Amino acid sequence: MIELVNISYEIDNKKILDNINIKFDSNFTVITGPNGSGKSTLAKIIMGIIKPTSGKVLYNGEDITNYSIDKRARSGISFSFQQPVKFKGLTVFDLIKLSSNDELDFNSSCDILSKVGLCAREYINREIDDSLSGGELKRIEIASIFVRNSNVTIFDEPEAGIDLWSFKNLISIFKELREKNNSKTIIISHQERIISIADKVIILENGKVKDDKDYLLNELNLKKCPKLGGDVNE
Amino acid sequence: MNDLDKHILKIINEELSKNGTAYNIRKDGKSIERNSNDNIKIESKKDKDGINILVKENTINGYVHIPVLITQSGLSDKVYNDFYIGKNSIVTINAGCGIHNDKHKDSSHNGIHRFFIEEGSYVKYIEKHYGEGEGKGKRILDPVTEVHLGKNATLEMDTAQIKGVSSTIRKTKAVLDDGSKLIINEKIMTHESQTAKTIFDVKLNGKSSSAKVTSRSVATENSYQEFVSKVVGNNECFGHVECDAIIKDNAKVLSDPKILAQHIDARLIHEATIGKIAGEQLIKLMTLGLSKKKAEETIINGFLK
Ligand SMILES: Nc1ncnc2c1ncn2[C@@H]1O[C@H](COP(=O)(O)OP(=O)(O)OP(=O)(O)O)[C@@H](O)[C@H]1O
Ligand SMILES: [Mg+2]
Repeated sequence: MIELVNISYEIDNKKILDNINIKFDSNFTVITGPNGSGKSTLAKIIMGIIKPTSGKVLYNGEDITNYSIDKRARSGISFSFQQPVKFKGLTVFDLIKLSSNDELDFNSSCDILSKVGLCAREYINREIDDSLSGGELKRIEIASIFVRNSNVTIFDEPEAGIDLWSFKNLISIFKELREKNNSKTIIISHQERIISIADKVIILENGKVKDDKDYLLNELNLKKCPKLGGDVNE
Repeated sequence: MNDLDKHILKIINEELSKNGTAYNIRKDGKSIERNSNDNIKIESKKDKDGINILVKENTINGYVHIPVLITQSGLSDKVYNDFYIGKNSIVTINAGCGIHNDKHKDSSHNGIHRFFIEEGSYVKYIEKHYGEGEGKGKRILDPVTEVHLGKNATLEMDTAQIKGVSSTIRKTKAVLDDGSKLIINEKIMTHESQTAKTIFDVKLNGKSSSAKVTSRSVATENSYQEFVSKVVGNNECFGHVECDAIIKDNAKVLSDPKILAQHIDARLIHEATIGKIAGEQLIKLMTLGLSKKKAEETIINGFLK
């Protein structure tokens, strides 16, 4: 389990995160909040891509604040980027193989692509470069993170750029993740369908955690979400 | 052939199977093994050192292997190879050169290749350059390639120099007739204080001719690379040159592209990029558990694949 203790992050004299304290103890936590509120920054601090100005990151009680990115990855933390990174020369199969620690073969890599709604045959040997569309890149990113089977998996706006049909597949992947024991999923999302399957919802605003159910109910129009006391319709 | 020869041969020319294939193995300045077949004839030149490779018209799936091995320190080898490809043929040519130099004297190979590709033929030319050995002696490779593409003919040329060549100057010239096509993929990696210079000179003379030159290179340590290209459009044609270099350490790369359009329907594009490995690519691979070093290797290997 990840715990953030008094995390603050400042850059250019601007406070991006202000004394954040969160325990990610639920199986499926969704972080939401307006653009620029610090969600991606928070995720990158957990992954070690950004070092906090102050505060601690704990992982199963251990202080990992000074651990490198790869050390965190090897100890079971994964991160799916909001904007997937492109490579010249690396193929989709290369990425999935690396991501699964060389455990996935060609056929299982194809299966996982189908899961995110991509026709495996067409994509598996494509290079991860500008020739892929935004939505394709995003789905490949999600698939490659999904195969890691990590203890903690963070998805940064997985729904961004994904069409409605594929989004349905995505929801079923996330539902599957939610049911997994000993794996914790943290999703940054603005999507009501994703928020509605959360065990816990955290709202970030101006770099602070906002504990406000009305915000969710009104701003995000989540009246139908049973977890938040709205109407049950599932 | 001894074990060293076989080892180098494997690196530069992995698929050489002698069964009926046309081939010529040149070692330390001499032809040591040769075979011709019904469609492909290899003969020594009369006036100078080198061979003529004659491919009959309508040869389908022809293979030619012409590896060169240099194992003698201090040797300076120069050879003239001419390829005459008859009409409507499909041919793959494997030409690699490996230098093993353990001593302090410089070894060099200078291959001058000319291609005369007749109407409607397709040629794939694969060339791997490689050097090894502990000695102070340099390993020098200076190939010159001259290409004449007939009507609707295609040459696809894959060249790679990944390791161990101290110095190279590579000159490639091509003249294209109507509807012909030139596709070049070049991969270069330099280490230590190696230098590599490639010069492309392409003339798109024919109507609807096209050229695509892609160069990917990695310069590391104190090495120096230069990429020079000039593509001239003299007709309705299409030319695309893309050179992409990664630099590391104290390496230097100079990219000097020129495109010259002399016809209203000539369309020429040049793209050049030089830079270090993108930080976000390293970070991404590290989030998959790769160390920084492994991540770098993976990015470079993929780039030069
Ligand atoms: N390197 C930086 N320099 C200056 N400001 C930065 C830097 N990185 C992030 N910020 C600022 O920090 C704030 C939080 O950014 P962050 O990417 O975490 O937001 P977010 O909540 O993920 O937004 P979105 O919903 O748009 O993805 C933004 O105002 C952003 O402009
Ligand atoms: Mg964000």
